[in-house]
Amino acid sequence: MAFVQQSSPHAHKARPTSKVMLWVILAALPGLLAQTLFFGWGNLINVVWCIAIALASEAAVLKLRSKPITFVLKDNTAAVTGLLLGLSLPQFAPWWVSAVAVISAIVIAKQLYGGLGSNPFNPAMVGYALVLISFPVAMTTNWAEPALLWDKAPGFGDTLATIASGQQTAVDGWTMATPLDEYKHKIATHTAEEVLAHPTFGNGFARGWEWVNAAFLAGGLVLIGLRIISWHIPVAFLGSLIVMSLAFGSNADEFAPLPLHLLAGGTMLGAFFIATDPVSAATSHQGKLIYGAGIGILIYLIRSWGNYPDAVAFSVLLMNFAVPFIDHYTPPRTYGHHKARRGFSGGGRS
Amino acid sequence: MATKTSSEIIRDGLWDNNPALVQVLGLCPLLAVTSTVVNAIGLGLATLMVLMGSNLAVSLIRNFVGESVRLPAFVMIIASFVTCAELLMQAYTYELYQILGIFIPLIVTNCAILGRADAFASRNAPGPALLDGAMMGAGFLVVLIILGGIRELIGQGTLFVDMHLLLGPMASDWVIKPFANYPDMLFMVLPPGAFVGLGLLIAMKNGIDRHLKERQKTLQPAATPGSKRVRVTGNVS
Repeated sequence: MAFVQQSSPHAHKARPTSKVMLWVILAALPGLLAQTLFFGWGNLINVVWCIAIALASEAAVLKLRSKPITFVLKDNTAAVTGLLLGLSLPQFAPWWVSAVAVISAIVIAKQLYGGLGSNPFNPAMVGYALVLISFPVAMTTNWAEPALLWDKAPGFGDTLATIASGQQTAVDGWTMATPLDEYKHKIATHTAEEVLAHPTFGNGFARGWEWVNAAFLAGGLVLIGLRIISWHIPVAFLGSLIVMSLAFGSNADEFAPLPLHLLAGGTMLGAFFIATDPVSAATSHQGKLIYGAGIGILIYLIRSWGNYPDAVAFSVLLMNFAVPFIDHYTPPRTYGHHKARRGFSGGGRS
Repeated sequence: MATKTSSEIIRDGLWDNNPALVQVLGLCPLLAVTSTVVNAIGLGLATLMVLMGSNLAVSLIRNFVGESVRLPAFVMIIASFVTCAELLMQAYTYELYQILGIFIPLIVTNCAILGRADAFASRNAPGPALLDGAMMGAGFLVVLIILGGIRELIGQGTLFVDMHLLLGPMASDWVIKPFANYPDMLFMVLPPGAFVGLGLLIAMKNGIDRHLKERQKTLQPAATPGSKRVRVTGNVS
């Protein structure tokens, strides 16, 4: 009688970075599909353009640094950075805005710090924040009007021509303020009912955006199911956003209501795909909870009292600053050892 | 302290010990006002003037001021020269003075100036001290101008805008606009752009230094092995 014996530590096959990143890309595809369905071809064109620029600039820096080019490019991380930027930039963002965002993300935020694994900040969000600060007009006036793909005015050719023309702003009739932007600027002088009558809100919460966010939520749940990301960051992120909204946002005539917070902006993309970047996020599970909760709280603070309608990029970057601090105070327990010492307290058992 | 030759002082100020690129002193004005070339030149010239004056004055009084009161004395001297610079700018380039605002009086706090006074002028004769002040000031000025040029070009798509504020009406049409329809890139106009720009300049300087060093190494003939006798055992008692 033979038993199949496995020796400890029961190691299973390690998942290489390239596979992990490939899964992230696949899980983001439903969101991209929803974006294309409701906001036209812009995001799809942006994604292709951003990935191309990301690969090209990564290859250029690797060549300058005399590193193996194809070996590093195959880990798919540059492609993911490009993809995330393509998903989050406005649909009619001119080609040079995307290019500046991607190049600064890859060259400054990632490679100048030493490449994959050494960057303290989320590269995609550095690129996004940089263009948001640099080109406020191009970044706020180029959001597509939500409508089903087959009903939309600009077809694939027109969208491509608009992006390639490099004009700061697209045709007025094709664009519309984002729901969070609209709400933020109108609510000071209107009641919630009047604000929600604007076509960008549709008859649900935020026309088109709700489906995009739902698709990213679904993709994110797949990632959690596959154990590519752990549940800690998204749950803490969304949980703290919900708590903040319930605590401060009960009056819809003052601040955007909870459904808009969850389904109208970049919330789901941020919670499952951006905040969970393994390099720039906190390491231990406890640290991840603090990190995610910090992002959720900051998003609510900036959306409600700050100058910007959405705040995923700024919140993620601000919490990236805090990550070394969080990691210092939340070291995980090493197997076979006592509970780890916290912070500077020193002494004690070890 | 070994005295330095003039060429060493010049090399130190402009390159080897450049106040902005190597000592990284005086960052506050450097980051704050280098958004255009004209601002950079204005502040750079004022700093250069103060640095030369203070170095000369400190060197002249170096044998009469005790160790314990030297720093207050240096600061008084620097403050006097900054006041002179401020009054001169008010008289001749009033608009530029208003743009630079608080950063002119703040030259007093520029560590590069106090640093040179203490590290060099207080230990050297007036001649070398004046030369050191001029070279350190020039090194600072050059970095300011380059950074101002980069930030102006990328930030607003122009070069030498508003030069008439400093040089009078003859410079009013010096402005160069290389790109038509340039969208302003606010990031480079704001302080973060200065941080990134200065970081890249420092990296470039270090890169050039390393390149020179490596080239020198290859030029030198390799040491021939085996030509020397080396003691390998025992102790010399």
